[in-house]
Amino acid sequence: MNFLIGAFKPACNISITFSDGKSRKQVPMKKENGKTIMVSLFQSKESIAGKVSIEPLQGKKIEHLGVKVELLGQIEMYFDRGNFYDFTSLVRELDVPGDIYERKTYPFEFSTVEMPYETYNGANLRLRYVLKVTVSRNYGGSIVEYQDFIVRNYSPPPSINNSIKMEVGIEDCLHIEFEYNKSKYHLKDVIIGKIYFLLVRIKIKNMDLEIRRRESTGSGANTHVETETLAKFELMDGAPVRDTSIATDIYHFLKDSAHNHVLGIEGESIPIRLFLSPYELTPTYRNINNKFSVKYYLNLVLVDEEDRRYFKQQEIAIYRQQDS
Amino acid sequence: MIADGVEDEEKWLAAGIAGLQQNAFYMHRALDSNNLRDALKYSAQMLSELRTSRLSPHKYYELYMRAFDELRKLEMFFKEETRRGCSIVDLYELVQHAGNILPRLYLLCTVGSVYIKSKEAPAKDVLKDLVEMCRGIQHPVRGLFLRSYLAQVSRDKLPDIGSEYEGDADTVVDAVEFVLQNFTEMNKLWVRMQHQGPAREKEKREKERSELRDLVGKNLHVLSQIEGIDLDMYKETVLPRVLEQVVNCKDEIAQYYLMDCIIQVFPDEYHLQTLDVLLGAFPQLQPTVDIKTVLSRLMERLSNYAASSADVLPEFLQVEAFSKLNNAIGKVIEAQPDMPILGVITLYSSLLTFTLHVHPDRLDYADQVLGACVKKLSGKEKLEDKKATKQIVALLSAPLDKYNDIVTALKLSNYPRVMEYLDSETNKVMATVIIQSIMKNKTRISTADRVEALFELIKGLIKDLDDAFHDEVDEDDFKEEQNSVARLIQLLHSDDPEEMFKIICTVRKHILGGGPKRLPFTVPPLVFSSLKLVRQLQGQEENPFGEEESTTPKKIFQVLNQTVETLSNIPAPELALQLFLQCAEAANDCDLEPVAYEFFTQAYILYEEEISDSRAQVTAIHLIIGTLQRMHVFGVENRDTLTHKATGYSAKLLKKPDQCRAVYACSHLFWVDDQDNVKDGERVLLCLKRALRIANAAQQMSNAARGSAGSVTLFVEILNK
Repeated sequence: MNFLIGAFKPACNISITFSDGKSRKQVPMKKENGKTIMVSLFQSKESIAGKVSIEPLQGKKIEHLGVKVELLGQIEMYFDRGNFYDFTSLVRELDVPGDIYERKTYPFEFSTVEMPYETYNGANLRLRYVLKVTVSRNYGGSIVEYQDFIVRNYSPPPSINNSIKMEVGIEDCLHIEFEYNKSKYHLKDVIIGKIYFLLVRIKIKNMDLEIRRRESTGSGANTHVETETLAKFELMDGAPVRDTSIATDIYHFLKDSAHNHVLGIEGESIPIRLFLSPYELTPTYRNINNKFSVKYYLNLVLVDEEDRRYFKQQEIAIYRQQDS
Repeated sequence: MIADGVEDEEKWLAAGIAGLQQNAFYMHRALDSNNLRDALKYSAQMLSELRTSRLSPHKYYELYMRAFDELRKLEMFFKEETRRGCSIVDLYELVQHAGNILPRLYLLCTVGSVYIKSKEAPAKDVLKDLVEMCRGIQHPVRGLFLRSYLAQVSRDKLPDIGSEYEGDADTVVDAVEFVLQNFTEMNKLWVRMQHQGPAREKEKREKERSELRDLVGKNLHVLSQIEGIDLDMYKETVLPRVLEQVVNCKDEIAQYYLMDCIIQVFPDEYHLQTLDVLLGAFPQLQPTVDIKTVLSRLMERLSNYAASSADVLPEFLQVEAFSKLNNAIGKVIEAQPDMPILGVITLYSSLLTFTLHVHPDRLDYADQVLGACVKKLSGKEKLEDKKATKQIVALLSAPLDKYNDIVTALKLSNYPRVMEYLDSETNKVMATVIIQSIMKNKTRISTADRVEALFELIKGLIKDLDDAFHDEVDEDDFKEEQNSVARLIQLLHSDDPEEMFKIICTVRKHILGGGPKRLPFTVPPLVFSSLKLVRQLQGQEENPFGEEESTTPKKIFQVLNQTVETLSNIPAPELALQLFLQCAEAANDCDLEPVAYEFFTQAYILYEEEISDSRAQVTAIHLIIGTLQRMHVFGVENRDTLTHKATGYSAKLLKKPDQCRAVYACSHLFWVDDQDNVKDGERVLLCLKRALRIANAAQQMSNAARGSAGSVTLFVEILNK
C-alpha cells in the first residue's frame, strides 16, 4: 500500500538516514518484490539514531497534524498477510501539528533498544524491524515512509558443547555409529564427525548429510510446521561392505565392552567435514514471542540400491558468533 | 546381449566424455577470465562425470585420464590464484563446499597438492587429511581411481629424506605412513570388488580386477622409491604393515599379486634381511594362492642377487637363508594340503636352484632338497602330470647345469630316487640330458662305482624300465638315444687298467639287459673300449707289480667273447662277426693264438649258421679274408685250417663273379710278404687258377645270357694280381 502511494506523486519526499549510516555495516536483504537491497545492521541494545527529512514538492506546502517516527518489531504470518503483530513499538514525536513549506530535518534517537529477536525471513512468516515515519494529515491520508533495518544478535560460545554420539541400525541388517563433534555450531562452523560401519548387510549406494530447517508457527492445534532441506552433502559413495561375520563379532564385542566405542577398530569409518558457511542458516530460534520456532537438524541418510532411505535425524543448535 | 552391453558401454563412455568436455570448456573459460567461482562450479560438474557406475574399469580409466588432464590445468590455475593473493587455506576450504563427494575429493586432492607446495602447512598434515578424507569413496572402482589420483599428485611431495618437503615436523615416517594408509585402503577397495555383483559374473570381475591391480601395486612401488626407508624402517614398519594387509585381506588375487609385488619392488638385500618375516607370511595366505610361483620368484631373485657379487654371500650365510627357505617351503606345503604335486616340485626346484647358486659348496643342501622332494613324492604313483614331470626334469637338470659335472650329481644320494618318480618316457629324456651334459663337458668318469651310479641314473635308456610297450617310439629318436649311450660308453675311461676293467664289467652288466634293440648300439663301443684297454695293456711293459691277475688281456677277451656272443644271439650276426674279427685281430696283436683262433671259430660259426644273405656273405668273407691275412700268431696248422675254410667259403658263394673275387682274394692268404712261412706260391697259383676257371665259367654264363663281354673285368682283375 505504501509503495502504491509512493508510486503516485506524493506530496513530499521523506528520507530516513542513520547517523552512523556510512560506517555501519550493510547487509543484503531480500525484499518482497524479490529485489535485494543493502540495509543497515543493528543488534540489540544499540541506540538507533538518525535524521528524518521531509521535503515538500516544489511550491507545495504540507499541512500536518504532527510528525512521528516509530521503531517497530513485527511478526508477519504469511497466512495472515498484511497483518502485523508488533512485539516492539517505540515512538518519538518529531513535530507538533503545523505546516511544512520547505525541507525540514528532524533528528531522532531510540537509545538502547531491546531487540531480542533477529530479523528472519522464513517460509511462513517473517520477523522484521522497521522505522516508520508518519506525517499525519486530515485529508488525503497520512504520508508514511518506512526504513527497514536488520537485527542480528550474537551469542557467546556455549559453555557446554557436547558431541553427539549415536548408535543406530536395523536388527541384523545395518549397524552404524555416528559422531558429530558438537551439538552446538555457529553459523560459520564446521561439522566434523565420523560414521562407523559395524554391520552392513544391505547394499548401500550412498550416504548424505542433510541440514534441515524446521519452522513451526502457531501453537496448539494450529501449529504449522514447514521443513526445508537447506543442504544436501554427500558423505559417502558406495559403502564399506564388511565381511558380515567379522562385523557381527565386532558388534558384539562393542556391546560387551560397554560401548568402548569403535576407536579400536581400524577402517570402515567415514569422515564428516561439512562447512556451514555456504548455507543460508540462521541461529536456532526457540519460541519467539510465542509465535514461532526455527530449529535445525542434521539428517544422516543412507540410500540403498533400491533407493530406500534410512535416516536418523539429530537436532543441533545454531548460534551466531561475533565475527572476530 | 553381451554385444549390446559393449555397445551400451561405448555409448555411455561417449556421453561421459562429451559431458566432461563440455564442462571442461566452460571451466577453461572461467580459468581464462580468472573466475574462481565458475572454475570451481564447472570443474565440479566436469568431475561429476566420474560418478558413473556404468563403465567397466577399462572404460572408466579412459574417462579418468581425460579428467586427469583437465585437473592438471586446474592445478596450474590454483597455483596462480594463490600467487594472486588468494589464500590457499581458503581455497582448501572452498573446494570442500561441493555437495557431491567425488568431485569434492578430486578438487581437494588438487588443491591439496598446491597446498603442500605452498608449504603453508606441514606436508604431513595435508597428506594425512587427504588420505583420510578419501575414505568417503567406498565404491571400489571410483575409490581406486580417486586414491590413485591422490597417489599420483602426492608422489613428488612426500616428505622423504632429502626432499624439500622434509622438515622438523615432516619426516619420512609421515611419508611412509601416508603411502601405507593409501595402500591399505586401496587394497580393501580392490578386494571388495570381488564380493560385489552377481556370482555368475565372477570371471568378468576377476578380469576387471586384474586390470586394476597396478593401481594398488603402484603404492608399493612408491614405497620402494622412498629414499628414507632404510633397512630398519623396512623391517620394523613397512614390511609388517604391508604383510598384515596382505594376509588379512584373505583374497586370493590380491595376495598373489601383492606378494609378488613386494618381492619385485623392494631390494634383494632387504628381502634377505627380512626373510623370516616375509616367509612367515606365506603359510598364512589363502590355500588357493599360487605360492609356488611367488616363492620361486623370490628364490630366483635371491639367487641372482647372490650371483651378482661375491660380497653378498656372507650375508646369505649369516641369515641362514637356505634353512629358512627350506622351512618355509615345508610349512607352505603343510598349510596347503591341496597343492598339486606340480607346485611342490616347482618349489623344490627353485630352492635347489637357489642353493646351487648360493651354496655351491654345500652338496648336502642340494641333497637335502632332493630328499625332501622324494619324501613328498613317495607314496604317490609315478607322475602322470606332464607339467610336473617337466618340473622334475628341470629340478634334476639344475645340478648338472651348475656343476657341469655329473660326478658331483652322482654324489647326491637322493638324485636317483627322485628320478624313479618319472615315467619312463621322461626318464629317458632326463637320461639324455645327463649324457649330453657329460659329453658337453667331457667329464671323465673314472671309477666303477660312479659308472655304476651313472648307469643307475640312465637306466631308462639302457633297458626297458617297465613292461609297457613303446611301439610308437620313434625310430629316429631311439637311434639318437642309443647313439648317445654309445658315445657315453666311449667316454668312460680310467688310466688304471684294473679300474677300467671294472668299468667295462659294470657297463657290460648294465647293457646286457638292454634287449635286442639296444645291443647293436651299445655293444660295439664297449667292445672297442675294451680293445683299447687291451692295446693299452699290451703297450705297457710287463706289469711291474705282477699282480695282473684280475686284468689280463686274456680275461678281457673272455669277457669280450661272451659279450659279442650275446650279439649273435639277438640276432645281429654281421655285427657280431665284425666284432669277433676285431677281437681276433687284437688277440693277434697280443700273441694270444688260442684266443684269436677261438674268435675266428666264432666268426666262422656265425658265417655258416647265421649269415644267409648272399651280399652279407660277400662282405663277411672279404672281412674274414682281410683279417686273416693280417694274422700272424697262428701256427701252420691253425692257419691252414682257417685259410682252407675261407677259401672253401669263397668258392661257395652264390654268384660267379663274387666267387671269383673271393677266391683271388684268398690267394693273398697264402702269400704274406713279411712272413716267411707263409709264402706258398703253389697254393697261390692254385687259387688264381681256380679263380680263372670261375671267371671263365662266369663269362660263359654271361655270354649265354646276354652276349656281352661283361666279365672281362674279372680277367683284368686277376691279371692285376
